[in-house]
Amino acid sequence: MADNSRQAILDQLRRTTLEPVALPDLRGPWTTSDDPRRQFAEVLAAVGGRAITVGSLAEVNAELEKIPAYQNARQICSRVAGIARANVDLDAAGDPHDLEKVDFFIAPGEFGVAENAAVWVTDESIKHRVLYFLTQHLALVVPARELVSNMHEAYQRVKLGQRQFGLFLSGPSKTADIEQSLVIGAHGARSLTAFLVES
Amino acid sequence: MGTAVRSHPLEAADFVANDSRMHWHDKALWFVRAKRDKAAASVPEWEQLREAASQIKLHTLSRLPEYLEEFERNATRLGAVVHWARDAEDHNRIVLEILKKHGIRRIVKSKSMLTEECHLNPHLEKNGIEVVDTDLGERIVQFRNEPPSHIVLPAIHIKKEEVGELFHDRLGTEKGASDPTYLTEAARGHLRDKFMNAEAGMTGVNFAVAETGGVVVCTNEGNADLGVSLPRIHIACMGIEKLVPRTQDLAVFTRLLARSATGQPITTYTSHFHGPIPGGELHIVLVDNGRSQFRESEEYRSSLKCIRCGACLNTCPIFRRSGGHSYHAVIPGPIGSVLAPLREPKKYYSLPYACSLCGSCSDVCPVKIPLHQMLLTWRGDLAAQKALPWTKRAMMKCGSLVLRNTWMYTLAGKLARTFMPWMPRWTLYNPLNAWGKHREVPSFPPHSFRELYRKRQQKNHGR
Repeated sequence: MADNSRQAILDQLRRTTLEPVALPDLRGPWTTSDDPRRQFAEVLAAVGGRAITVGSLAEVNAELEKIPAYQNARQICSRVAGIARANVDLDAAGDPHDLEKVDFFIAPGEFGVAENAAVWVTDESIKHRVLYFLTQHLALVVPARELVSNMHEAYQRVKLGQRQFGLFLSGPSKTADIEQSLVIGAHGARSLTAFLVES
Repeated sequence: MGTAVRSHPLEAADFVANDSRMHWHDKALWFVRAKRDKAAASVPEWEQLREAASQIKLHTLSRLPEYLEEFERNATRLGAVVHWARDAEDHNRIVLEILKKHGIRRIVKSKSMLTEECHLNPHLEKNGIEVVDTDLGERIVQFRNEPPSHIVLPAIHIKKEEVGELFHDRLGTEKGASDPTYLTEAARGHLRDKFMNAEAGMTGVNFAVAETGGVVVCTNEGNADLGVSLPRIHIACMGIEKLVPRTQDLAVFTRLLARSATGQPITTYTSHFHGPIPGGELHIVLVDNGRSQFRESEEYRSSLKCIRCGACLNTCPIFRRSGGHSYHAVIPGPIGSVLAPLREPKKYYSLPYACSLCGSCSDVCPVKIPLHQMLLTWRGDLAAQKALPWTKRAMMKCGSLVLRNTWMYTLAGKLARTFMPWMPRWTLYNPLNAWGKHREVPSFPPHSFRELYRKRQQKNHGR
């Protein structure tokens, strides 16, 4: 039955030969950002997140401590080395459902995109990808030099297919489904902080 | 095929009967349209992107069987199971079989216009499976037992006070509470529970990449990702037109999609799934359901380029003032009015007329579908197919006859000018004349333009 459907669909499609259309060349030139770091921060603020530039990884702890949601967090999980208050061991969680109560998750971001404040994250080193969505609050730590201007550059960097899961994440979870009123924190993270680390 | 639905003008009449509500709806959508304009203008190469998107889609359609096979090969290599569904029934059967095989009783779903098209939910519910739509807007319309009225903003037709009442009944929120933040928080709690207990997650697909064998899902709420990252089983359903050839092509579409839809620079979550979650299963259902036939149509083929952003709905003066439900089709608005008659011309004959031919839909379409031109083409095709009701056909015939013959036109004008001013009012303003419903005919002048012109010429020559 299933094989029949497959063959029927392909046969139907092959019944008509369409005129060839060339694939467009996408090498650009595309608009690039004069100041990716500034643009990234501005766009992230516009989509409800916040970018904080820090000199080094060591400063991330101090900045986190200024965030009320972090101060009040009981369960903190980190995949970034040196986060002092992390108390949830991701590797010990056998089932993704065990992570239901995580309040704050700190994860590394591979690179950011200036035009839309998206950060590329994958399931590499994250045992349960659900944590990106299940945690109440999310912080991403991105090397400040790893910012690209636009999505064309971004997709040149990602190696799709090498990981089971990859995600462009831009700002906190949001909805405007009730009378077009923007509400931050629909199902996923209620806040998103991106740390841009200079060294 | 069936002729059961009321025509668009009749359905729209119900909607516009509530004048303030109509204007409220109109404004809400225009607000989204304005945001789209701002976002589009912020990208200098916007037109270049639209052209590229259109070419990518046309190219893919021209080689669709090859790309489908390439996609299947790559997806299978990554461990996904690829299913092929010829029609809606096939699709629903495949999904139910997967669920039954695992003894699954509870699933969560993110937005998918395809599963709406296939009427999947009632099919699963009939077979004892609890289906929870997890997009907030979709959950609201699901509670109300209604279809979505918009493809991106499913509950755009509902006021917050009504959501408040609904949630009071269903979720036990405080009576009279209508603050969107409070209501969203209540839904968050309710749906978290559903996510935690779901045994499988279903999503639609925004894009599938042939060269990698992966699927891309875009949401703002994060509901799709939560739904397919807690349970072990992910079922992704996609129309066969969702394919793009290369990873690079995603750059073009992710730049266009959210900006066109809501004016955001990108959706909050743009998730790429390549193979199943560790220890789980990823099922990808490729659905034809008429698409391979639409592809054969020279006139309407390019409607398959659609990426379901909803920009044509938001800009359409008819959609904004008549509401999505007045279309009675799975997809309303300009794109829906092109697609619906492809399936059932007699049932949906009135939709291509729900259009002033202003062309705004074609201007905002990120993949350059010539929507208003297609709607005009449809009018001719529907008449040729005799899909129009006899009243409309007879009127068109009369109109055509009079407009083609100068003497008839002149005579008709003369008769109207002479007799109409003396006729009782009901001869013009009666239920047969839709044009007279909200309009007053201007008073009849004693002479026609041509008579006046002739007189003037004679006078000038005489001088």
